[in-house]
Amino acid sequence: MELICPAGTPAAFREAVDAGADAVYCGFRDETNARNFPGLNFTRDELTEAIGYARRRGVKTLVALNTFMRAGQEDIWYRAAADAVKAGADALILADFGLMAHVAETWPEQRIHVSVQASASNAEAVNFLVDAFGARRVVLPRTLTIDDIARLARQIRCEIEIFVFGGLCVMAEGRCSLSSYATGRSPNMNGVCSPASHVQYRREGDALVSVLGDYTINRFPAGEAAGYPTLCKGRFHVGDKDGYAFEDPVSLDVMDQIDRLRDAGVSALKIEGRQRGKAYVAEVVATLRRALDASAEERGRILARLRLLSEGNRTTAGAYEKRWR
Amino acid sequence: MMRLPTFFSMLAKHVPLPVIQQAAAAMLTQIVRRHGGLFERLGEHREKRYAFLPSDLPLAFLVEPAIPAVSVSRAQRPPAADAAVEGPLFMLLALMEGRQDADALFFSRDLTVTGDMEAMLALRNALDDSGIDLPGDLGAMAGPLAPFVSRAASGVRSRVLAEGNPSWN
Repeated sequence: MELICPAGTPAAFREAVDAGADAVYCGFRDETNARNFPGLNFTRDELTEAIGYARRRGVKTLVALNTFMRAGQEDIWYRAAADAVKAGADALILADFGLMAHVAETWPEQRIHVSVQASASNAEAVNFLVDAFGARRVVLPRTLTIDDIARLARQIRCEIEIFVFGGLCVMAEGRCSLSSYATGRSPNMNGVCSPASHVQYRREGDALVSVLGDYTINRFPAGEAAGYPTLCKGRFHVGDKDGYAFEDPVSLDVMDQIDRLRDAGVSALKIEGRQRGKAYVAEVVATLRRALDASAEERGRILARLRLLSEGNRTTAGAYEKRWR
Repeated sequence: MMRLPTFFSMLAKHVPLPVIQQAAAAMLTQIVRRHGGLFERLGEHREKRYAFLPSDLPLAFLVEPAIPAVSVSRAQRPPAADAAVEGPLFMLLALMEGRQDADALFFSRDLTVTGDMEAMLALRNALDDSGIDLPGDLGAMAGPLAPFVSRAASGVRSRVLAEGNPSWN
């Protein structure tokens, strides 16, 4: 199985390559990718240089153009696709069917991967994208169990990539409107979930309070690990109780299920975290590479150290081992 | 991560501000000179003012990338800033070099960020990509003593990073 690693900057890209990535995914500094954060991402020149760096070391580069085109502004995405192809991207990670059609028609040989943002989670949806646009791989949403993935793998005609470590989105990705509701800006159209422009942190005594737009997302008492200010991991008043209605502020980690994932037909394991720093990328990629190459008995010990890097300092297997409340 | 020994905190209380100011300004000049593209990633946030508040030192540092300039004040009178980050000095220095993961330090509550989060995120990403290497950058200011200063600073950095949180390199 390939190890697919994130990079938000050229420095993080080089760390990922050097730490043992089989492929690195990244995006341009604009709304064409779903990690459109300030100071993050690549210029055209930086991408060309990064692809060269990776190729010389036998590592692939996947370019994420995984937001949805705005009517009348399609050229922004078309230009990004042209520039990524010209730079030598090994695959484009796409979510918008219109953009998939454009790429398939303009560069028939260009490898297309279906972004998790496309929310293709059943055989009919995936096979449609394979037949219509020649998609070679699908990145599955983090809402399926391993048994679901195994069933799907038997019915589809392309490779499967899944998230195994990092941020845990529990929603129907590409269709979630929670961030748009709170901030007016969309992860799917603008490339930002819980945009930093709408985030505030303030201290109330020993507590840390996180705010998104006009909404208090969480109040972390002294000593409690904090999380990102996302609505899906906020603390809600439900009935007479306070708690996490959707998901706790935790990160995903299913690396202890590598053998089951391989047996299920998974081709590639993806690490989330283009918005994280190069220290995180280097540590996580190197550790997961060691875990992949280690025996099942050794993996737990190797992976334990990553918990401290995770949201809320905790990890979960998420929907892969579904236990809905 | 290792905290600054109390001795330095006591010392900083008695050193005249202009002396610290001059050292900080020289350090910023050197870093900007050796990393010309440092603030390019800030984009519109280059005009913002960033406060660095070492929790184990009675000082506050205000960086204005647009000039570029740094000003030092006593911690009791922190400067007006658009965004501020607070944590132990060695942690702030490790973040400057991208040797620690800022998100992880935020999750563990070792680091506090306030103010304009977009500006702070842009700065974090700019620093992360900049390749700042404090022993090398500061050693280069020491003229003929450069190798000695760089080696000593590298030694301190290794000890600091080896303590506590997961680190790399």
